[in-house]
Amino acid sequence: MTTVTDKIREVIREGGALPVDIATLGDTDDLYAAGLTSHATVNLMLGLEEKFDIEFPDRLLRRRTFESVAAIQAAITELLDEKVAA
Amino acid sequence: MSADASLQAAQAAFRDDLIAHGLLIPMGVDGLYGRSGVFEDVIERFNDLVTRHGGNDGAEIMRFPPAINRQHFEESDYLKSFPQLAGTIHSFMGNDRDHAALIEKLLKKEDWTPGQKATQVVMTPAACYPLYPVLAARGHLPANGALSDVYSYCFRHEPSIDPARMQLFRQREYVRVGTPEQVMAFRQLWIDRGQAIMSALDVPLTVDVANDPFFGRAGRMLAVNQRDQTLKFELLIPITSTEKPTACLSFNYHQDHFGHVWNIRTHDGGTAHTACVGFGVERIALALFKYHGFDVKAWPQAVRQQLWG
Repeated sequence: MTTVTDKIREVIREGGALPVDIATLGDTDDLYAAGLTSHATVNLMLGLEEKFDIEFPDRLLRRRTFESVAAIQAAITELLDEKVAA
Repeated sequence: MSADASLQAAQAAFRDDLIAHGLLIPMGVDGLYGRSGVFEDVIERFNDLVTRHGGNDGAEIMRFPPAINRQHFEESDYLKSFPQLAGTIHSFMGNDRDHAALIEKLLKKEDWTPGQKATQVVMTPAACYPLYPVLAARGHLPANGALSDVYSYCFRHEPSIDPARMQLFRQREYVRVGTPEQVMAFRQLWIDRGQAIMSALDVPLTVDVANDPFFGRAGRMLAVNQRDQTLKFELLIPITSTEKPTACLSFNYHQDHFGHVWNIRTHDGGTAHTACVGFGVERIALALFKYHGFDVKAWPQAVRQQLWG
């Protein structure tokens, strides 16, 4: 089964968000340090919204949300849980 | 009256006062004004004052027209951030038949603009935009980086009755290009200098973290990121509102955004970082008229001394 983390890595890879291969980075590695720019973060956010059929609320539209695969995974899990509860 | 309505009333009243005193000349479009000789004199004197503070730093003076190469504009990422503000220049590029159709539409007062084609020229959105491709074309920066002095009319499509939000206005900028340490030291120097310059002109001011007016939802994230990283500070002066003071100077750290876009390289081959200080000279003149009155001869002696010597 494809995990949330796998899907996140897929979005990062397919969107060309990073100048390096995401496979070379661990889940907690800093994506900004790896070359994620502000504009690339925006595209990454849109790609994740499409992939997971979610919308990031304003409170999550910040730098920290997208700083690592693990951070993205935490935010998305929270949004998916909210969706199920709703 | 709601807060918005009272703010608009204050803006309209100040605009009308400026026009009544002959300082601004209305042109029939919100945000587009002629300037009187007195208004221009204040701006020239202020520019000289800025030069007295920054002119010995060795900046290369460059003056560009208020338009830039469309290709450079497209490459600059401006449309990703501020599509709503951009001004592209279009012209008629048709034949005789197209010309006749154009005239006919004009006579019928129909929309004649859809046939206009984009030229290779775009209005300058900020005074430093023409600079970066020029620096990039020179190759690697010298060890001490680069320092430039630019001054240009800029265009932003945001029609407003607020005289402090013009569609065509001038920015005087010093721009520093180099290592992160070089450009951050420059920015701090100008945050200090900017406050000293404006304090000596006896206007109330605050300096605060700010963000650019990025477009849309994506823009909200860019704005939050910009604030989180304290990339932009503004020197604010209350002109028509104390709750919403007007940004008259800004101190910007672009990180390696422009260095990356234009491939500007430092002496050792790294991607250059950039920072700039921008003076909104019309806004500064408006603040001076607001606090010292419409008659410059009656301004406080200490303020006149700063500007006219």
